[in-house]
Amino acid sequence: MSKEIFAYIEHHDGVLDDSALELINAAKKIDESANVVALVFGTGDNLNKACEEAAKTYNTVWKIDKADLAYPNAELIRPMLVNILPKGSVCLVPHDTFGIDLAPGLSVKMDVPYIPDVVGIDKVEGDKIVAIRQEFSGQVHTHVETDMANGIVITIRPGTFEPDESKGASGEIVDKSADAGDVEAKRKFIEVKEAEAGDVDITQADILVSVGRGIGEEENIELAEELAEALGGVVSCSRPVVDAKWLDHSRQVGTSGKTVKPKVYIAVGISGAFQHVAGIKGNPFIVAINTNPKAPIFQVADVGVVEDCIEFLPVLTEKVKEMK
Amino acid sequence: MEMALTPVAKVTILGIPLSLFAVLIPLIGISAFCYIMARRLIPLAKAQPDPRFDRPKQRLKYVLKFWLGQYKQPRYLVAGVIHIVIFAGFLILSIRSTSLVIEGFKPHFVFPGLGGFLGDVYNFLKDYAATFVLIACIVAGIRRGIFTPERYKVPPKYGKDHTFEAIFVLGLIGTLMIFESLYSASIVAAQKQQGLHAEFLPPLTLSWIFAKMLGGTSKGFLQFINTTSYFIHDSVFFFFLCFLPFGKHFHVITSIFNVFFAKLDRGTVKPVKYGVTEEELDNLPYFGVKYLEDFTWKNILDFYTCVDCGRCADVCPANAAGRPLIPRFLTIKAREYIFDRFPVLGEIKPKEPLIGTIYEEDEIWSCTTCGSCEEECPVLNEYINKIVDLRRGMVDEGMVPQTLQKPLNALAKRGNPYGKMEKKRAEWTKSLEDIDVKIIGKKAQAETLYFVDSATSYDERANEIARAVVKILNACGEDFGILGKAEKDSGHEVRRFGEEMLFLTLRDQNIDAILNSGCKRIVTADPHAYNALKKDYDGIPPVEHISEYILRKINEGKLRFKPIEDPNLVFTYHDPCYLGRHNLIYDAPRKVLDAIPGLKRVEMERHKDRSFCCGGGGLMLFYEPPEEEQRMGQIRVKMANEAGANAIVVCCPFCLTHLEDGVKTTGFEGKIQVMDLTELIVKQLIIE
Amino acid sequence: MEILVCVKRVPDPAENEIEINSDGTDIERDDLVYSVNEWDNYAVEEAIQIKDKVGGSVTVVTVGDEEADEVLRREMAMGADKGIHINDETLEETDGLGVAKALKAVVEKGNYDLILTGAQADDGAAQVGGMLAALLDLPYASLVNYIEIIDDNTLKIGREIEGGNQEISEIKLPCVLSIQTGINEPRYVGIRGIRKVAGVEIPEMELSDLGLSEDEVAPRVKRLDYFIPEMGEGAEILEGDMEEVAEKLVELLKAKGGIK
Repeated sequence: MSKEIFAYIEHHDGVLDDSALELINAAKKIDESANVVALVFGTGDNLNKACEEAAKTYNTVWKIDKADLAYPNAELIRPMLVNILPKGSVCLVPHDTFGIDLAPGLSVKMDVPYIPDVVGIDKVEGDKIVAIRQEFSGQVHTHVETDMANGIVITIRPGTFEPDESKGASGEIVDKSADAGDVEAKRKFIEVKEAEAGDVDITQADILVSVGRGIGEEENIELAEELAEALGGVVSCSRPVVDAKWLDHSRQVGTSGKTVKPKVYIAVGISGAFQHVAGIKGNPFIVAINTNPKAPIFQVADVGVVEDCIEFLPVLTEKVKEMK
Repeated sequence: MEMALTPVAKVTILGIPLSLFAVLIPLIGISAFCYIMARRLIPLAKAQPDPRFDRPKQRLKYVLKFWLGQYKQPRYLVAGVIHIVIFAGFLILSIRSTSLVIEGFKPHFVFPGLGGFLGDVYNFLKDYAATFVLIACIVAGIRRGIFTPERYKVPPKYGKDHTFEAIFVLGLIGTLMIFESLYSASIVAAQKQQGLHAEFLPPLTLSWIFAKMLGGTSKGFLQFINTTSYFIHDSVFFFFLCFLPFGKHFHVITSIFNVFFAKLDRGTVKPVKYGVTEEELDNLPYFGVKYLEDFTWKNILDFYTCVDCGRCADVCPANAAGRPLIPRFLTIKAREYIFDRFPVLGEIKPKEPLIGTIYEEDEIWSCTTCGSCEEECPVLNEYINKIVDLRRGMVDEGMVPQTLQKPLNALAKRGNPYGKMEKKRAEWTKSLEDIDVKIIGKKAQAETLYFVDSATSYDERANEIARAVVKILNACGEDFGILGKAEKDSGHEVRRFGEEMLFLTLRDQNIDAILNSGCKRIVTADPHAYNALKKDYDGIPPVEHISEYILRKINEGKLRFKPIEDPNLVFTYHDPCYLGRHNLIYDAPRKVLDAIPGLKRVEMERHKDRSFCCGGGGLMLFYEPPEEEQRMGQIRVKMANEAGANAIVVCCPFCLTHLEDGVKTTGFEGKIQVMDLTELIVKQLIIE
Repeated sequence: MEILVCVKRVPDPAENEIEINSDGTDIERDDLVYSVNEWDNYAVEEAIQIKDKVGGSVTVVTVGDEEADEVLRREMAMGADKGIHINDETLEETDGLGVAKALKAVVEKGNYDLILTGAQADDGAAQVGGMLAALLDLPYASLVNYIEIIDDNTLKIGREIEGGNQEISEIKLPCVLSIQTGINEPRYVGIRGIRKVAGVEIPEMELSDLGLSEDEVAPRVKRLDYFIPEMGEGAEILEGDMEEVAEKLVELLKAKGGIK
C-alpha cells in the first residue's frame, strides 16, 4: 500500500506548531513510503511563511488561502477539507484544542473511521491499522483496530512522536484555495481573550515545576520560575507553600488544590504526601528533586535527583537553556 | 408615722390628683410592653419545635449557676465584675422599683414582709445596690465609650457600631438610680428638717449624699424634688421596660428563659426536625434552615438573648484566622433581620432565603464546630446546631463548595473522604512487624474493637497513630481487633457538614459491622470518632478514648514508662475540641503525660475549655476558605511557643496533621515537634 | 430553551485504581465505583442554569446498560426535567460513531435548541459531540467554558484553548457544544436528592425504537485489549555530580516532551 497521507499543519501567525514536525513521523510510522502532504490553512503573509516553513519538512504542501481564516475556525476548515481531500485519504491532525474541534466531525463528513488521541502506532497490515491509545488519564493503554481502506482520520497526541528536525525537504507548495470552495460557517470567531497574567491555570499546563516546602524561602520560588520559563511550563506548588502565602491558592496541586494532568511534573522539594500526589493525574513523567532520598515522592517519581534544590535548580535551568 | 412631705399619691396640681398619672404611666407602660412582647413572640410561634422541657431539675440548676450565679461572667474579669454588680443591683432594686410604682397611687405602700427589720435590711442593701450600680454604669460607660475593647468593634460590613445603644442604656440605668435615690433622699431630708423620724440612710450611698446636699433646702423644694423624682423614675422605668425588647438589652428579660432552656448535652447535634423520625425524613419538603422560620423557637430566643458581648468572636478560631465568620454577627444579623421582618408596628414582611440575604455560604462553611463560642457565651447561646441546620439547608439546595463535594462523593461511594479503595483500609497494619492485627466480624471475634476511622486508616502520617494504638493494646495484653474494610467513616464530620442522609447511611453500616464483630467494648484514638460513637450512635458497646484507656492501664500497673531522655524537652498538651470541650476529657491525657518520669509540662494560655482549634477535623481538611489570613494550626503553634513549649502533644489525627503543618509553615521546623499521645507512649513504653 | 444533555456513566477515576483483568480484555471492574462523567456533570449544571435564566426544559440522555439509569437519576436530582435511557446490548460493543448515531436519533425525536455533551470522558476520546453535530449538520464547538445567550438564535461562547486562553465566538442555534470543566460550579447532589427522583419513570429505548439497525451501529474502530506499559519500581535516581545529573535530566526531559 502506498497512499497519500495528509498532515494538518497548525501554525500561529505563521510560526509552525511543534506538532507540525511530529505528524510526519507519525505518518511514516503508518507508511514509511508514503508521500506526506502538509495541509496549511490561513491567509496572507503568515500563511506563506508557514507554507515555506512546512516545505522544509514535507515534500508537498497544500496551501489554502482564505481571508476569513486569519484565525483557524474548525467549522470553516472542516468542509474545505472534505472538498479537497481525495477519497481514501489518511488524515492526521494534532490532538489539541483545535484537533478536538475539527476531527470528529471531519471523520463523519468524510465517512471514514476516526481514531482519536493516538499515542503510538502498533502496526499496519494492509488496510488494517492498530493504534495505541490511553484511557483513564493514562492509567491503562489500549490497542484499537480499524480498517482504513476508505481513508481515516487520526488525531495524534502532541509530544508522543519525535519531531523531524532534519529540515531535509524542499517541498512544492500547491495552492488549493480554489478547490477548497467558498464555505460559510454558523460559528464566527470574534477574539481570543488572553489569560490574565498571574492567573495561570495549572490544570491546563503540560509542564509543571512544582515547589514544596523544601524550597525553603519565598525568594527561592524565583529559581523555580526561571526553570519553568526555560522549559515552557508553569510553577505549581504543594499546600505548605500556599499556607506560607508564597504562591496563590490557584497554584496548589492536591486534594485541597487543583488536579493537574501535565505531561511532565517536576517536584522540587516536595515530600510527596498523598494529599499532594493525589492531585497529579494523567500519568505524567515525574521528576523528583529532594534532599531526602527516603521522601515518598521518589516512590511515585520516574526519575529522582537527590540534591539540594536551591543549588540544583540554577544548574538545571542553565543546561535547559543551553539545550534550546 | 408622721410625714413631712405629701406623698405623691396625694399631691394635686390644679386640682388634678397626680396619682392619676401614677396609675396611667404603669398602665400605658405595661400595656405597651405586653403588646411589644406579643409581637416579639410571633417569630417564636412560627419557628420549629424543640422539646426543651425535659430534666427540669438540671435546668433549674443551670438557672442558679449561669443566670443567678453569673458563672461565665468572670471569664472576662473586668466586664464580668461590672456585669455582676449591675445584675445584682437590678435584682435587689427590682423590688424597690415595683413598690415605688405602687406608692404612686397607694401611699406608704410596703410589700408584705418588708415592713419591719427585713425591710430595714432590704433598704440598707438597696441603697448600696443603687450606688454600686451607678458606679458600675459610669465605669462601663467610660470603658465602652473611650477604651472600647477590640471585641466590641463592628466591622463596616456588619452595620453600624453599637456603642450608642450601650451608652444610652447605661444612661437610663444611671437615671433610674439617681432619681430613685433623690426620691428617698428628699423624704429623709424633709423628715429631718421637721425633726421627725427619718429613715436611716447608709453612709456614702447616693441617697445619703443627696440627703446631705438637700439638708438646707426649703420644704417646698424638697416636695418638688420628691414628686419630680418619682415621675422621672416612673417614666424612665417604663420607658426602659419597653425599650428592652428593641436591642441587646432584651437579655434582661429573656436570659433567664434562655438559660433554663439551654442545650444540656455536649457534643450532640439536633435531629433534622424534632418529632420527625428517621424513617419519615423523606417526607419532609426540605432539610435544614433556609428561612428564618426553619430555626427552632429556642434559636430565636438565642437571637433575642445575645448580649453582644463579643466573647464568642473573641475566642472563635475562624475569626482569629481571618475567615469570614464572626459568631457574634451570626446572631446579631439574625436579630436585626427578625426586628425588620417582624416589626412591632406595621406588617410582617415576606420570607426570603437567609443565605444571600443575611448570611454568606462561606460564612457558614467557615465554622469548625469547635464549640469555643458556646463555651464562652454567658447566656448559653448555641451556635453549632444553627450552623449545622444552615448547612443542611445548603446541602439540600446543592450549595456545597467544589472542594467539599469530592470528599462527600467519595464518602458515599467508598466510605472514606479520600476516595481510596475499601480494601486498603487496613493497609497500615502491614508494616507492623511482629503484631498480627485481627480483622473481626462474623468469622473472627474479639473483646475489644479498635475503631480506627478514615484519617487514621488512610493518611500516611496518621497511620503512625494506628500502629501506636495497636502496640499499646498489645502491650496491655488486650484481645482486640479492627473491622477492616467493614469499617466506614464514622460520619462525624459528614453530619456536622449538614449531609444527614449520608451520615445515617455510614452510621448504619458501622453499627452493623460493630454488632457483627461481637465486641464488648470499643476504643478509638480519634476524638471525632469517639464523639460520633458516643453521641451520634445508638445500641453499641461502650466507647473509650485511648487516653482514658491508657490511664486505666497505668493505674492497673500494666504500662510503665522510661524517663524522658532529652532534658530540654518542654511538653504542652493541646486539647482536641471533641475530646475536651465536647466530652470534658481534660485530665486523662494530662495524667498520662504526668505518669512519664521526667516529663516537663507547661500549659498554653488557652487550654482545657479554652483550647484553640487546630483547624478542624474531618472534611475541614478539604475545605479552602476564600479568605484566610493565617491557618489556625499556625496560630496554635505560636501559642505553644509563647508558652515555652517545644513539644506539642495532641490526641487526634487531625490536630496532628494541622499542627505539624503549622510548625512547617511558621519557621518552627526542628524547633517544635508535634506528636500524638499514643506515639509518645509507645516511645517511652517499657516492654516487659 | 429546550436543552438536551448527553451523559455517560463511567468509573470514577478519582476514586479508583484502574487495574486490568488477567487476560487483558477489560479493566478490573469489580472494585470500581461509577459516577456520572465529570464533564457531563458540568454540562448538566450549565443547562440547568440556562433554563433557570430563560426558561425551557433540560433532558438528559445516556447510552448505557441497566445501571446507567443511576446517572440519569443523579442528574435529574440536580434539576434536569426528563431522562431518556438508550439501553440496547448491541450498543455495548459500538464505538463513538455508533453512540453518536443513537444520540442523533434521539435528537431528531425531540425539538432541541441546544445539545450539550461533556468535552470528554476518562474512558473516552472527546469525539461524540463533534460526530453528533456532523451527523445532524449543526454547528459545533468543543471545550466550551463560557456561554452567554445573545438572542433566540445566537449564543456567545468561549472555548478553552492552549495556555489558558479563551477563544470567543458567536454560534447559531440550534447547535452542539461540548462542555469543559470549570464553566460553572456544579451543585451537590446528596442521597436525599436522588431518593426524591427514585420513582420517576425514565423511558428506555432500544435500537428499534430509534429506527437504527445493528449494522448501522457496528463499530468501525474496535478496542482489542487493555495493557499497562512497563514501569519500573520507584524512581531511577540519577547519579553523578550536579552538572552530570542536570545534563542527564535535560536529556530525559527533552525525550518526554518536558521542554517546549
